[in-house]
Amino acid sequence: MVAFIFRRLGMLAVILFGSSFILYNMAAISGDPLEGLRTSTDPNAARQMAVLTNELKLDVPPPLRYFIWLRGILGLFVGHIDFGMTRDAQLVSSAIVTAVPTTVRLVFFATITAIILGITIGIVTALRQYSRFDYAMTFVAFLMFSLPIFWVAVLLKEFLAIQFNNFLANPQIPNGWIIGLSVANGVIWSAIISGDRKRVWQVFVGVALATGGLLSYLSITSWFAKPGLGPIVTFGLSIGIAYGVTQLSTGLKNQAALRSAQTMAVISLILYYPNQYLFDHYASGLLILGQLVTTFAIAAAVGLYFAKTDRAPTIRTAMIAGFLIGVITVVDRFMHTWNPYMSTDAVNFRPVPTTGQVNPLLEPGNFWFSSLDILVHMFLPTIALTLISFAGYIRYSRGTLLDVLNQDYIRTARAKGLTERTVIMRHAFRNTMIPLTTIMVVDFAGIIGGAIITERVFGWIGMGTLFNRAITTFDLNLLMAVFFITGSLTVLANLVADLLYSALDPRIRTGKG
Amino acid sequence: MFKRKNVVEIAGQDGGENAIFNKETEGLSQGQIVLKRFIRHRGAMGSLFVIAILMIFVFSALDQKIGPFKIPGWWHYNTEDLPELRSIGCKEGLVGCPTISLRPSILGGQGIGLGEHPFGQDDIGRDYFALVMRGAQRSMMVMFVIGAIGGTLGTIVGSIAGFYRGWVDAVLMRFTDFIITIPAIIIGSVVGYHYGNLGVGFLAFYLGLFAWTGLSRLVRGEFLTLREREFVDAARVAGASNKRIIFKHILPNAVGVIIVSVTLLMSGAILLETALSYLGFGVVAPDVSLGLLISQYQDSFTTRPWLFWYPGLFIITIALSINFIGDGLRDAFDPRQRRRISKKERHTARVMHKTGVQK
Repeated sequence: MVAFIFRRLGMLAVILFGSSFILYNMAAISGDPLEGLRTSTDPNAARQMAVLTNELKLDVPPPLRYFIWLRGILGLFVGHIDFGMTRDAQLVSSAIVTAVPTTVRLVFFATITAIILGITIGIVTALRQYSRFDYAMTFVAFLMFSLPIFWVAVLLKEFLAIQFNNFLANPQIPNGWIIGLSVANGVIWSAIISGDRKRVWQVFVGVALATGGLLSYLSITSWFAKPGLGPIVTFGLSIGIAYGVTQLSTGLKNQAALRSAQTMAVISLILYYPNQYLFDHYASGLLILGQLVTTFAIAAAVGLYFAKTDRAPTIRTAMIAGFLIGVITVVDRFMHTWNPYMSTDAVNFRPVPTTGQVNPLLEPGNFWFSSLDILVHMFLPTIALTLISFAGYIRYSRGTLLDVLNQDYIRTARAKGLTERTVIMRHAFRNTMIPLTTIMVVDFAGIIGGAIITERVFGWIGMGTLFNRAITTFDLNLLMAVFFITGSLTVLANLVADLLYSALDPRIRTGKG
Repeated sequence: MFKRKNVVEIAGQDGGENAIFNKETEGLSQGQIVLKRFIRHRGAMGSLFVIAILMIFVFSALDQKIGPFKIPGWWHYNTEDLPELRSIGCKEGLVGCPTISLRPSILGGQGIGLGEHPFGQDDIGRDYFALVMRGAQRSMMVMFVIGAIGGTLGTIVGSIAGFYRGWVDAVLMRFTDFIITIPAIIIGSVVGYHYGNLGVGFLAFYLGLFAWTGLSRLVRGEFLTLREREFVDAARVAGASNKRIIFKHILPNAVGVIIVSVTLLMSGAILLETALSYLGFGVVAPDVSLGLLISQYQDSFTTRPWLFWYPGLFIITIALSINFIGDGLRDAFDPRQRRRISKKERHTARVMHKTGVQK
């Protein structure tokens, strides 16, 4: 295994070397960094040119200059990486250091959302092949494939930011919207749930009424201006999560798993007010991390307590349920922060921003305010990137799952009398995930290209902005640094994909659950 | 969600479906089967129709100059014309609004018609319909050129690598890896920013030079499998040259993969071109491109939304049609692809099966 990794790393180094060489020379011969100065009438021009030539070593021909650049990069192995200087005599590395976290934050969340959404929808469409839902989602996927991201971004800015902010000033949902949303939701769910005509109508009416009722309630109570779940709703959602996770993870027949998931929900109810106290007085990233660890510890204990024989699936169920319940609790806390956040002078009741990555006017110090600020600023870019990339996951997971479902081992699994849940979740889903992981990892690197445009539209200062600057000012070192980061990420992602592929053994382990 | 299916029923269906499919393809060549399947794909046929109409519409709209000849277009404005900004019929404080009307006069509208400036006018009064037409021409041209160059290069590299294997394969595939590592948008921007003034043809050409990588990998894989098949051995034993084997025996079998990925390459190409133009590294002013138009007028969305809507709609229509055509082709070329069997057909098959009628 180690030998394999080293061999692959060696190969990747060679590939990176080759492509950076090509790009460096192409970029170097495609323009002249001194062009502006050459035609300048400034008496200092000649001196400036000399300084710049000396600093950027422009007197060395590009193929050789590449090796000067490479020597700086190879400093990586002795702990001192040197990306060279930008044109305005700053260190490239200091520009990069602030830009990388921004872009990674943007891309990371968008990719995660796209993966979860895309795979869920893809699997549902595959299980309901040739249904109306399937056709509708196929169309949606193709539409998303065809959307230019900068175009979507402008629409999002208008409708999700400007108009939503207007709506928040007086959060009454118009009746037309309530009816429309209820009908739409009813149509979606009745298309997903299969069955005869009567059942479809039942689902449609039930879902539409429930949606309409909920929206009217939210509208009447002005919930959007002052959102929050409170202990009761949180507990209700937690119980729902407990049932849902158990059903998907082990099946409801597994009493131990169901009990432990329910216990997690009860524990979260008991700890609701203590948690609020902690949130109010000791809020920090460390606290959240500590709570996460505690949740997993409690989940493990609960799972061990309830499980008599087959412990792993029970503990796993308790952990997933505990994690999701924890997420709900934190979301609830963020909702309580919403109104105070909106009322600050910096935000002034227009919380969804159209540009920027943080609100510079917001006073630092309050953990919840600054976290919510970051989240709110990520809202639109994440949606834009997600919309563009999740269509691929829909199509791909649908295709793969359909392929897998036609395999002989699925027929065998059905023939030996396993429940449909076990067949889908353990035999089909896990095998579907194998090729999907490769796509995911590679996609994570590829989406950085998409981030260049997204950053530009939403005014983020990340790698994309640096890249733009590098090209327009002909800053070769900056350009190469951006490429080096994205290029290394791409090849590393490929390596990780390969490793994951071998780690995800397709053979299905025996055992209950 | 997890409702148990009746296994016996599925097995029964399988037999019936096979009978139906076998009957359908009886006595047809591979090409005819593919064509038949493609024609049955409603989305793809619709899209093919849309793209054909759109091409004729777009390319005949404006005056075209081919060498010394000038073919007049049917639209009464050109991109260079500067008519006066009109404000008749516009809302208070707006100028250059669109005159297109889709509401018939019976329903209280102005009747279906294009009017003087169907898509409105831009800041200095140029007819926006003409600009959008020019932009769509550019985008389509870039799309086809990238498809042609990328497709040709990818097929050549992939087939050589797959057919000869060994060191040829190793060298070509490592070279492909080099190119893959450089994101298309980076290479496009680097060259586009500095040579953008060379025009749209050059842009399409060099983007095509970097667009072949995915295709070449697919073609190589296809060649690697096909060259081990019996019919290739048979041809070789019969004394066929390498050239003949490649062109007469393997390539026709790989054509499905090639066509499908070229289509997808083209739909990606139109988005790449618009994205580059949006960033300012693709088609640059004074030339017109759909991405460039959106980039210029994105801030006027709240006041003059038509300047933003129409170029976007054209991009989406073109890319969506190409994607659907690609999907239809993939279904048509995929031998495992099954279409949905209607209840009536299933019934007929069952009756045939029960009564013992031979297919």
